[in-house]
Amino acid sequence: MSRVTTVQIVVAIVLLVVLSQTGYTVNETEQVIITQFGDPVGVPVVTPGLHFKVPFIQRINVFDKRFLEWDGNPNQVPTRDKRFIWVDTYARWRITDPLLFFQRLRDERGAQSRLDDILDGETRNAVARHDLIELVRSTNRSADDVPIESEEEAVILEKIERGRQKIQRDILETAAGRTADLGIELLDLRLKRINYVEEVQQDVFARMIAERQRIAEQFRSEGQGESARIHGERERELAQIQSEAYRVAEELRGEADAESARIYADAYNRDADFYAFTKSLETYELTMDSSTFFILGTDNELLRFMKGAR
Amino acid sequence: MEDHPIVDITRFARSQLTNVSRLPKGAATALVALVVLAVAGFSTLYQVQPEEVGVVLRFGRYVRTTEPGLRARIPFVEEVRKVPVQRQLKQEFGFRTVEAGVRTVYAPVERDLAGEAAMLTGDLNVAIVEWIVQYRVSNPSQYLFKVRNLEETFRAMTEAVMREVVGDRTVTEVLTVGRQEIEALVEENLQALVNQYQMGVTIDQVVLQDVNPPDPVKPSWDEVNQAQQQRDRMINEARGEYNRVIPRARGEAQQAVLQAEGYALDRINRAEGNAVRFTAIHEEYRQAPEVTRRRLYLETMQRVLPRVGRKLFVDENATGVLPLLSLDGGIPPQLAQASNSAAGGDQ
Repeated sequence: MSRVTTVQIVVAIVLLVVLSQTGYTVNETEQVIITQFGDPVGVPVVTPGLHFKVPFIQRINVFDKRFLEWDGNPNQVPTRDKRFIWVDTYARWRITDPLLFFQRLRDERGAQSRLDDILDGETRNAVARHDLIELVRSTNRSADDVPIESEEEAVILEKIERGRQKIQRDILETAAGRTADLGIELLDLRLKRINYVEEVQQDVFARMIAERQRIAEQFRSEGQGESARIHGERERELAQIQSEAYRVAEELRGEADAESARIYADAYNRDADFYAFTKSLETYELTMDSSTFFILGTDNELLRFMKGAR
Repeated sequence: MEDHPIVDITRFARSQLTNVSRLPKGAATALVALVVLAVAGFSTLYQVQPEEVGVVLRFGRYVRTTEPGLRARIPFVEEVRKVPVQRQLKQEFGFRTVEAGVRTVYAPVERDLAGEAAMLTGDLNVAIVEWIVQYRVSNPSQYLFKVRNLEETFRAMTEAVMREVVGDRTVTEVLTVGRQEIEALVEENLQALVNQYQMGVTIDQVVLQDVNPPDPVKPSWDEVNQAQQQRDRMINEARGEYNRVIPRARGEAQQAVLQAEGYALDRINRAEGNAVRFTAIHEEYRQAPEVTRRRLYLETMQRVLPRVGRKLFVDENATGVLPLLSLDGGIPPQLAQASNSAAGGDQ
């Protein structure tokens, strides 16, 4: 029994090895080219599952079916209006024709290097052909509905002719033309980051600071102006109130004086002489006091009877 | 086909065991059977957590999705990948949370992180923007099989979309009033892009965190706020003074007018009173003019003379008296004698 078992074991092992060289699995994310002595045979295997090939003679070359990464090197590029910026792009692509891909590019490393050339080049071209504002803005919307406190703050956004999205699409289309015969499909290309170069950044910050200071200055001067205006108004109203009051008071007094004069005149005019008489008597009574020195002649009315009874 | 090596080994092991340990055949068989069962169990049964689903591949091909719980698969042939579909996933941009908790700890900002957060605005200024994206896996097979390095791709896409949206707005909008609009627009655009890439992801929310002007510029932004407050304060002070002065002036004005009215009343009433009194006396006087005159005169004198300090009666014929009067008030003795003799002499 042992002897048979050993032979059986050996046979089993051999069978195993052969089988492992015949059957292979293709993942959901994979596509396979069968090569025989280095040359591709048959059609690419794209359906996932268990497949079979000729053992030992045929090899499987696995390619990814998914969307693959490409990340551009951040580059200093000048724009058309001579601004120096860091541009960082990324793209996504996939292998749509593995056979063509295998023939042209061999493997992913080859593809990455080729894509570097194409995409970096196209990006640099596009940046150099456009002003910075075209790369930053996408639409021509205006910032009208932003509530602002001072007219210095009002910002007019420059209008663009093409814009970021269109430029990205342009790069994509141009690059797609150049990758068409490589078995590659470019899904998307985007500007991931755009930033100023260090020296330019300092200038930009200085500009931002100056702008803010201008706005601050305007607020302050507005405050002073308005405060002065209110001050002036206060003075004006004060003068108006006071002079008005004076006028009305004087009118009242004047009228009262006139009226009382009229009343007096009406009364005293009946007998001016009698008025003089009574008024003088009143005056004597009021003005004579202990410091007065009376000198009366004997012909005075008061002393009439001093000399006799008649 | 790993079946064969395992079966092979167990057979081999069994033959070795029976050779070495000399166990009764039945017990050895039972032991081996137990080992086989255990191995089979481990490779057949698997657990799917409540927030996950299991994606089952047979020979690499997708066959089914399994719900949470204890599940079985065909061992060695089928492979299970677990995907969190209920859990909300998050990506941070421009900052990193080092330790989340009641007091969250954030990583200090270095170059790379700063580069992630800095972006150009539509007026070609620079803003520092931090944000997070919350998302969920909505299609597990797409999530697993359509895009390589999904997280990296997702991050690159998000940065691109955020910069696109921010790039269309002024720096003031980004820092203040435009935040909600930006969040909504980024969410919308990002979802469209995610769908285009067939990522099988649903964006729940895009939330802006700290949004600031660059550090060197910050003081001047604060200065604007201060200047605004200064302006408001100056205006309020001026208004306050106005309110202090004018109402009081109005009150004083009214007071002056009322005083004048009072004066007017006083004057007229007095005038009327005096006039009436005069008229009454005059009526009396007209009845007997001479007598009334004399009476009035004498009554007045009666009241006045006692009050007078010094009196001097001089004869009407006496002349040259006045020049003798000394102005300091004393009567010279000659004069006194002269007046006495004059008064007594005319008997």
